[in-house]
This record gives sequence, structure tokens and C-alpha cells, in this order.
Amino acid sequence: MTAPVGTLKRSDRSEAPVGYYGKPIVRAHIWDDTIAWYFFTGGLAGASSVLAAAAELAGHPQLARHARRAAMVGLLPSPVLLISDLARPARFYNMLRVFKPTSPMSVGSWLLSAYAPAAGGSWILRELGLLPRLGRALGVAAGVIGPSISTYTAVLVADTATPVWHEGRRELPFVFASSSLASAGAAANLLSGLERAGSPIAGRLAAIGVGCELGSVELMHRRLGALDTYATDPATHRFSKAATVLSLGGAVGTLLSRRRLPTIVSSLAVLAGSVCERFAVVRAGTASASDPASVLTQQRPTG
Amino acid sequence: MSDGLVTDLPSHTGERVGFFTDTSVCIGCKACEVACKEWNDLESLVGELTGNSYDNTGALTAQNWRHVTFIEKPTPTVAVPDPVEPAGVTLPTALVAPDGAASLVWLMSSDVCKHCTEAACLDVCPTGSLFRTEFGTVVVQPDICNGCGYCVPACPFGVIGRDESSGNAAKCTLCYDRLKGDQTPACAHACPTDSIQFGPLDEMRERADRRMGELRNRGEHRARLYGHDPDDGIGGSGAVFLLLDEPEVYGLPPAPIVPTRRLGQMWATSAIAGLGLVGAVVATVFGGRR
Repeated sequence: MTAPVGTLKRSDRSEAPVGYYGKPIVRAHIWDDTIAWYFFTGGLAGASSVLAAAAELAGHPQLARHARRAAMVGLLPSPVLLISDLARPARFYNMLRVFKPTSPMSVGSWLLSAYAPAAGGSWILRELGLLPRLGRALGVAAGVIGPSISTYTAVLVADTATPVWHEGRRELPFVFASSSLASAGAAANLLSGLERAGSPIAGRLAAIGVGCELGSVELMHRRLGALDTYATDPATHRFSKAATVLSLGGAVGTLLSRRRLPTIVSSLAVLAGSVCERFAVVRAGTASASDPASVLTQQRPTG
Repeated sequence: MSDGLVTDLPSHTGERVGFFTDTSVCIGCKACEVACKEWNDLESLVGELTGNSYDNTGALTAQNWRHVTFIEKPTPTVAVPDPVEPAGVTLPTALVAPDGAASLVWLMSSDVCKHCTEAACLDVCPTGSLFRTEFGTVVVQPDICNGCGYCVPACPFGVIGRDESSGNAAKCTLCYDRLKGDQTPACAHACPTDSIQFGPLDEMRERADRRMGELRNRGEHRARLYGHDPDDGIGGSGAVFLLLDEPEVYGLPPAPIVPTRRLGQMWATSAIAGLGLVGAVVATVFGGRR
């Protein structure tokens, strides 16, 4: 639309677009895809640390070792992903300049600062067999902080003016927690399968996570109703569909497979499903905030 | 700066200040946009014509801290306003098209940051770069901002943006530097019709109420106030508007709410979800067969 006003026909004027020339009312997030990857890696790390701590306490040292490694696979890229998404990455340390309970990103930065040394320390000490008591204590600490690493990102997106995120605030923490659980179970199962044979406990956890994930996504769809960008935005829809197919297929495969190769493939499918679930959330936010009708539906429920 | 002369000005009284934007007298001259860009040294891009009436600015962004909206609204009836007030202001004129077939109402409004009482951008800023000034306004400290971009989707009005050249979040400061020097913000200073008024916020709200009453008395039933209610979803705006149509016609959200208001509920939900995660893991690991 670059035509000067004078050339517009009357019919162009009378067909009223939504709001002000159909322009967005709120602004969409400006994060790169790195943020979706971080939602995945952070979630994987947090839930894996819970699994590692529980397995250690329950006397499953193999499973604990694999879960600790899975936590590191999630943790190591996380700071890189987070810092690379800043427009002023050299100032990343300003995240720790203040502690602000009103900012989920501030809370998350501090949680991550406490979590990373605990998870990393327990992994190094246990791998090297040094200071076993300190290693175990750090592992428990990582397991205690872990759940918040998996779920704070849901609060982070819900605490915005993006309609689909804010109105999904009751379900998003469950979507993130269960998707994290699915990925942690799958990752431990995968590492276990790569070494010798899959871990039935990890496989069951992956399946439980997938079940809860798909259930809470479904509850979110029902609540969102007309605000459900998952149904209207093609990119969101594709990622969400892929998440469902990969997660469900992977979960069924995980439960059925007794041999290494199917276990490995199924675990990879669950992990990929978890990635797609986070991409769907991020894409849904973009589409929702860009659509003025979405904001009007959110704020004028009767009209 | 002599204390003897300026003791009643905002920086001395510590009073909360704000804008009253009376769109009924806006003539769409964009002097506010120009003055803002001049004073704050913002980029002035000559872009393409948008075709959206005279609005080629587009939106409030990191470089546009004032944005004059132009709405051409077809209307079935020709509403001719009452004669000009002594103050010399007229209502927007309803235009009859040359062919006489339809009429058009032209609405103009200069949009700006609302400097919310409960400001989402300030709440979510993880670095403390955004802060509340002694004037009750919300300002970005560019030397602290690390460009995380969280404030951008948090703002219920889509005001704040991230400047891609500097990497910093940027928005109206309500001319913080000018306020410190007891000066009126550049936009209000430049406005030729007093559509943009500046002063202590309480007084702005009173003026808005008064002006609304006047217009209603004169039969302007479309007149409504926006952002004046301290009990609304943002605790009231630091920039009160008198509009002549629904807020969304101007691109404003009809019932904005600061997302942080529900943060407690959201943390509680996430804690339950986190406990659920722990529960599932513990039950499976301790209860399961190997």
C-alpha cells in the first residue's frame, strides 16, 4: 500500500480494517529462534537434574549418571543461547545488577546462576569420582532448583501483553514442565541406549511427560478459544502438529521398544517433539501479538 | 536556575507530571513529532507513503516517540460542530465529499508513551535500566540496558521498541532532561493548539474532565477520556487522552492491563507445575521396576 491518499477509492475507505489500519496494538516479541532453543535446553537441564537427584537417592547410579550428562547437554549451550539473543551481549552481566521479583527474566537469571554451578559441579565431581559427598550434595541442590529452571520460562512469556501467552498463563507452566520431563526422560533413555541398553524408568518418564504435555496443550486450546493462534497461524500450527506427532510416536515407541535402535530413534523423536512444542509457543506469540483482532478479543470478551 | 523564580515547577515540588492530549483540537501538524525528534536527536527517516491518510510515521517505535494518527472515518450523518469557542478552538470538521454522497470525519491524535502508574516495561526489565523518575515518569537508562527486549512484548500499548543500531530499548522520556531544567517537554512546547498539554498529573486529569464536560454539553457524545482512571488495568496513565471514538480506532487497547498484576498467580501455577514434575519423577524412580 504505497498509493497516495488521493488515489484511494471510496470503497477502500469504507472497508474498515480492524483497529487502526489493521496495525498491531501490542508489539510482538523480538527474540530470535535461539529463545525457543533455550526454552528447550533449559527445560531439559532442569528436569534432568531432578531425575539425576532422584535416581541417585533411589540407588540407580547408571540412570543418575546419564541424567547428569543430559543436564549438561541442556545446560552448556543455555548461556550461549541467552547471551547471543541480547542486542548488547557484552552487557550480559547487567542481568545480575539487580534482583527484581517482578521480572521473571531477572528471577530466571539468578536461578540459572545458582543452578549452573550446582549442576555443573555435581557432574564434574561425579564423573571424576572426586569429593563424592560434595558431588552428591550439589546434585541434590541442582535437583531442587531444577524444576524452576524448567518452568520459569513459561512465566516469562505469560507475563507479557501477548494475548495467547497471557491468556495461556494457567496452562503454559504445565506445558513447559511436562515437555521438560519428556525431554529429560528421552535424553537419559537415549544416553543409556547409546551406552548399552535403554532405561525403562527414563522411558516411562518420557511417556508420562508426553502424556501430560499433550493434555495440558489441549486444555490450553480449550481455554484460548477464539484467541487460539495455534489454529489460525500456519507456522504455529505446523510446529504444534509436528510436536504432537513426534512426541506421541516417540512415547509409544519408547514404551514398546526393547532393543537399542528403536529406543534411540524413539528418544530422538520425543526430544524433537519437545523442541517443536517450544517453537510452537514462540511462533504463537508472534502471530498473536501481531494481530490487533487478538488484542480486541482478549480485552472485549463480550463484544 | 533561580529558586526564587521557579519554586512551583515540578522538579521542585516532586509532583507527578503528565500529559493531557486533547485530540479534539489536534490539527495533525506533527509539530510534536518534529520537536521530539529534534530535541531527543532521534532518527528522521523519510520513508514511503503508507496510504494511511497522512500517517507516514506508522507507529511509536524506538525512534518515534510521538506518533500522530490520522483516521478518515466515513459517517452517515454530517455533524456540524457548534461555533468556535472564545479560546479559539474548533471541533474536527465533518467533511462532505465533493460528490455529496458521503461524509467523512477526520480524527487526529498524537500518541505517546503512557508512563503507566503500573508500568509493565519497568516491572519486567531485568537490569534495572528502566526506572521511575522523581517526576513519576518511566525512563530507560541507555548505559544499562543490555537489549534483552523483554519490555517490548510486555508493554500493553506496544509503545517501547528496541533500536536496532544501538541495541537499546528506547521510548519517550517525557523529556526527562528538560524537566530537570524546569522546561516543558518539547512536544507540548511545540504544539500550536494546546492539544498536548503538560503539567502536574492531577491537574491534567481535572482539565481532561472539564474539557469532556464542555464537549458533552455541546452535544459531542463521542467524546471520552482514556487513561484517566486510577482504577484501570495500569493504575491510570501518566498521559490522559480525550478521544472522539473508541480507543481501538486510534490503535489503542480498549482495556489494557499490566501483565505483572497476575504475576503472583503465574508463579504459583509454575510452582505447582514444578512440584508435579518432581512428583512424577519421584514416583517413577522410586516406585518403578527397573
